[in-house]
Amino acid sequence: MIEQKMDELKKKLIEEASLAERMVSDSIKGLLDKDDKALDEVVSELEPRMNDLEIEIDELCTNFIALYEPRAGALRTVLMILKMNNDLERIGDLAVNISTSSKYLIQHPQVKPLIDIPKMADEATKMLRDSIDAFINSNTQLAHEVCERDEIVDNLRDQILRELITYMTADPSTIERSIHLIKISRNLERVADLSTNIAEDVIFMVEGRIIKHHKDEKQA
Amino acid sequence: MEKYVLKVIDLSAGYSGNWVVKNVSMDVPHNKAIAIMGPSGCGKSTFIRCINRMHEVVPGASVKGKILLEGEDIFEMHPVKLRRRVGMVFQRPNPFPTMNIYDNVLAGYILNGIKLKKEEKDRIVEQSLKNAFLWDEVKASLYKKGTFLSGGQQQRLCIARSLAMNPNILLLDEPTSALDPKAQAMIEELITELKKTVTIILVTHNRAQAARVSDYTAFMFLGEIIEFDDTAKMFTAPKDKRTEEYLTGKFG
Amino acid sequence: MRDNTGIRLLKDRVFKSIIIIFSFAVIIPLGLILFGIVKNGISAINWDLFTKLPTPPGEAGGGILNSIVGSLILILIAVLLSVPFGIMLGIFLSENKGRFADVLGILVNTLQGVPSIVIGIVAYLWVVKPLGGFSALSGGIALGIMMLPIVIKSTEETLKLIPFSLKEAALGLGASYVRTMFKVVLPAGFSGILSGILLGIARIAGETAPLLFTAFGNPYLNLNIFKPVDSLPLVIFNYSMSPYDDWHRIAWGASFVLVVMVLVLNIIARLRIWRNMS
Repeated sequence: MIEQKMDELKKKLIEEASLAERMVSDSIKGLLDKDDKALDEVVSELEPRMNDLEIEIDELCTNFIALYEPRAGALRTVLMILKMNNDLERIGDLAVNISTSSKYLIQHPQVKPLIDIPKMADEATKMLRDSIDAFINSNTQLAHEVCERDEIVDNLRDQILRELITYMTADPSTIERSIHLIKISRNLERVADLSTNIAEDVIFMVEGRIIKHHKDEKQA
Repeated sequence: MEKYVLKVIDLSAGYSGNWVVKNVSMDVPHNKAIAIMGPSGCGKSTFIRCINRMHEVVPGASVKGKILLEGEDIFEMHPVKLRRRVGMVFQRPNPFPTMNIYDNVLAGYILNGIKLKKEEKDRIVEQSLKNAFLWDEVKASLYKKGTFLSGGQQQRLCIARSLAMNPNILLLDEPTSALDPKAQAMIEELITELKKTVTIILVTHNRAQAARVSDYTAFMFLGEIIEFDDTAKMFTAPKDKRTEEYLTGKFG
Repeated sequence: MRDNTGIRLLKDRVFKSIIIIFSFAVIIPLGLILFGIVKNGISAINWDLFTKLPTPPGEAGGGILNSIVGSLILILIAVLLSVPFGIMLGIFLSENKGRFADVLGILVNTLQGVPSIVIGIVAYLWVVKPLGGFSALSGGIALGIMMLPIVIKSTEETLKLIPFSLKEAALGLGASYVRTMFKVVLPAGFSGILSGILLGIARIAGETAPLLFTAFGNPYLNLNIFKPVDSLPLVIFNYSMSPYDDWHRIAWGASFVLVVMVLVLNIIARLRIWRNMS
């Protein structure tokens, strides 16, 4: 009985995750294809749908805890779903931010050819997809990989920043457009961060072990 | 068809002038599981015993108010006929010790002197035992005494015995309180399956059980129904303070 | 504090021994009686004893066929009378509380305490006199009255032990009260009630006093319940009072048969009770 309800909950979460992923990739695709309609869709259609889903999953989790009193693995899973729900909704918000910046950018001439941003978007959405995969299959190895890959995205963001600083110092008229590009890269980096969070939670769910702080210690 | 299989209207019940159930009203929809929970002595058992008029079996029992079963007033029906439509399973499994498993399932017919053809009997026994998730475990020993079964199996046999009469409503009076956790889980699973075809009213002092198996929950306290609502709603945001206190384990 | 564990253990052992010795002491009379009866009775046991009628005094041989058959007829009548009434009253007492049931319970206990000879006199006044003669029927009635309280008590006690949940189950399935009692509760208590009946039979099988002025005795084989019949206790009583050695021998043989019968009934009943408990 409890397994059945848990499966329903997981299905909902997967629905939410694929919506988040679609929002991020649509907002970047809209930028690359200069597709204003796609960007509008992210803001006015996908975002409200995401909000409804978040509330629904919140309620499902609350009911699940109230009615089935999950313990051990089941408890960790449902707590994890609650956190992931939060993270995914945040990713949706970030996608809206990206869409807003993209809408500005497609109405103005390009500062430079977009190379690193699509790469970053690819990497971030792949991390998101992998962290969800890791969750579904309880695959801790994949989750660990996702955590490692966070660095790649961080490096890309730094590189974009450095590059754009050169553009801005050379030609102050590019500043506004550059700031939007920086914002997009920052948002993408946040998507990668949240995906890393999810991956860390997967490890907690499967192994019952918290890795966040060990990791922090190593870095310190 | 009536919208509600059972309508309880302003029902009070008690023993020798002492009201244990006070002015209870409740509408029970078709094919749902209704849990009635509350602390010991809150009148929940007495309440469901009114529904098949088993309450009256006790000397000195009194009852007032109305109960409609599919629109019919049960207090105007013959109790014997009513009890064939409203089955009951008790706290302790009580298969008939003098009967084998086969006859135990058919006990409702045997005890009422209803004659059935052999094929019909076989069909009812098999179907009822299957519905009670017991067929596979006992099909090879149908002619053994029911008392040789484990507690959980005996309880499922008692459920099969009630199902054999094809009731509209099945009353379960703390059906798992005498069973081990595994047998309990089995019965709970059975309840969620059974409610597809029969309305279930379950009395339990086990909050978790009420939460797991029921669609609607009533919280009874001192003979009154304090709150009757969708189970998920009641367990996450009860309206009454007493329900809240009961659910959080402050009493009962 | 002084350690007196040793003394206490010793005391414990002494008491245990005393209990065991006393227990055995109680068995000694029973053993002696059985030994006497077996020693004197076994030599009287032969095929003739069971198949022949008594011979006139002085004539060797002969048997007690008439008293065995007589005893069986008396017991049968007693059972037929006491079992239906006894079970009904037992059900009533186990099912009802209140003053009437209390009074009835006291009356049953009193009946159990009435000396058997008094019951014989009552049967004589109520049955023998109106019918104008001694008969198997009057003896059976007297024995039935003696057996009645035993059947009532055992039925009542057995039914009180049947869990209420069983009755609930039957009523809950829509069975009427009468069907519940006769198809569920009584069958569940069948074993206990049967044990009670067996104990009752064992109790009345050896009764002599009430038969003296009811069944009276009869040296011939009789199957008519309105005529006197012989019985095992009567033949023992009459023959052992006689001056003839042959008759003494037959009295011993009859005692042996009676004792074996009572013992077997008792053992069967006890075994059933014991098995029910475990």
